[in-house]
Amino acid sequence: MERTDTEHPPVYTHRKPPLPETPEQLRARIPGWGADLDPADRPSYPREVAADTGAHWDLPEPQPEHGERERSIEHGMLTPVFGTAQPLHGLSGAVRRYAYRRHSEGKAMHWLLLLAADRVDVTEHVVRSFATLRPDNPVTETGIRAELRHGGSRFGQGRSDIRHQAIDPVVNGAPWVAGALGAAWAVRRLVRR
Amino acid sequence: MRAMVYRGPYRVRVEEKPDPRIEHPNDAIVRVTRAAICGSDLHLYHGMMPDTRVGHTFGHEFIGVVEEIGSSVQNLQVGDKVMVPFNIFCGSCFFCARGLYSNCHNVNPNATAVGAIYGYSHTTGGYDGGQAELVRVPFADVGPSVIPDWLDDEDALLMTDALATAYFGAQLAEIAEGDTVAVLGAGPIGLYAARSAWLMGAGRVVVIDQLPERLEKARTFAHAETINFTEVDDVVLEMKRQTDHLGFDAVIDAVGAEADGNMTQHLTSARFKLQGGSPVALNWAIDGARKGGVISVVGAYGPMFSSVKFGDALNKGLTLRMNQCPVKRQWPRLLEHVRNGYFKPSDIVTHRIPLEHIDEAYHLFSAKLDGCIKTVIIPDAS
Repeated sequence: MERTDTEHPPVYTHRKPPLPETPEQLRARIPGWGADLDPADRPSYPREVAADTGAHWDLPEPQPEHGERERSIEHGMLTPVFGTAQPLHGLSGAVRRYAYRRHSEGKAMHWLLLLAADRVDVTEHVVRSFATLRPDNPVTETGIRAELRHGGSRFGQGRSDIRHQAIDPVVNGAPWVAGALGAAWAVRRLVRR
Repeated sequence: MRAMVYRGPYRVRVEEKPDPRIEHPNDAIVRVTRAAICGSDLHLYHGMMPDTRVGHTFGHEFIGVVEEIGSSVQNLQVGDKVMVPFNIFCGSCFFCARGLYSNCHNVNPNATAVGAIYGYSHTTGGYDGGQAELVRVPFADVGPSVIPDWLDDEDALLMTDALATAYFGAQLAEIAEGDTVAVLGAGPIGLYAARSAWLMGAGRVVVIDQLPERLEKARTFAHAETINFTEVDDVVLEMKRQTDHLGFDAVIDAVGAEADGNMTQHLTSARFKLQGGSPVALNWAIDGARKGGVISVVGAYGPMFSSVKFGDALNKGLTLRMNQCPVKRQWPRLLEHVRNGYFKPSDIVTHRIPLEHIDEAYHLFSAKLDGCIKTVIIPDAS
């Protein structure tokens, strides 16, 4: 919509720009238009409201602990229920343990240490996977086969994500290349001895 | 059981894992019949979310059949077909008692800044998710609901996050009759949010994205006008131009942490993890809203800081509203809307992929190949 009324332009006077359709037209065109016009019909209005949740406890019974469970130091206690997936282990576990014990969530260091631990965790698992019957495969695990099965061109549409998609393989492949070069260097050193 | 597992940034695969077990008297074990990949799963997949551990099973959108219940479960029985909200919540803490289920204080020891979410890293509690054959569902008396007989499975699946979050996002925008509403992002959340804005009486809805097939869906599914931001020099200027230089009454950010449109922001966040998210969409929202307008944020951001144009938000007197959606609170009214035909949630599903091809499903969705908007995962496709 371009402004047409130059004598009494909307916004620069009290007027609001006109809408292209009336409520009657919208109601006729769009199923359910205005069904929740009254805020009282909107489930999250007001923001805070009490309801029956199905809980039949005041404080939930505590879930049994099996071993160490890390927690944010902003919590006053271990929460009654918690996830038990992938407990802390190895060097990544030590970094995570330190991040949780030493830094509150308000500190950037808390999150940066956790991100660093994530990278250590990946390295630990990649190395360990080569001692299993199913080593990590940096090609197939990326799902690159989808390019063949569901591909089609993503070019020529002006997509702004194409530019960074081009550098994704470099960013993601660099640690693998560095790891392979490091391993080759170590093997050569051993052989020369 | 067979389950999707995270192996590192941009790498996932299916592995054999031990079956989940009852760990608390109010737990249930659910056999998953359908799961979905959410746009926010891509933040985990790309390694952006702190404390995402190798071996973690993602998936916070799923439905299934109750396989086993704990000793204190009263509201569910083995064999019930249930839809499970993406929030894990106790129903009784300070926050749940006030309806803020997504902010539950009793379920996530790892952080106080976020509640608990299935399959969404240890930062949200360390629970394995539903892109698997089986999943542990804590507080079975509080979270899951039996799927009504008349509701399709895929429609129920989309109630567990995408549709509920979008409907919630439109509510956060505080839309009044005749308001102009811009929706940033034409993914599942943006499409449903645009559709929801009409229910609240919007006078105009404009969806902004860059993918032609998604913008087409915005016009047909969501009855909205569209702007392709790659076809205009300056999207904020276009938002002003389209509103006679007023700006939009309300803007909904349905993009979140991996917004494209600014290479520097993208590299510093999605690639090098120096920000909690690329605030490109959020900054467009702030600059494209009218003074005194409302910004609703339902796109997901990480816990680190982001370079948000906060001065503009202050000086324009904007209201910024945001939260993870308290899903179960939305269901009674949403079910009415679905039953009345105002929504057909599964209309946006573009791909159905067996769990065994989970690596391809993630790449397809991440690279936005083949017109992908929403991917459903089928655990028992074999």
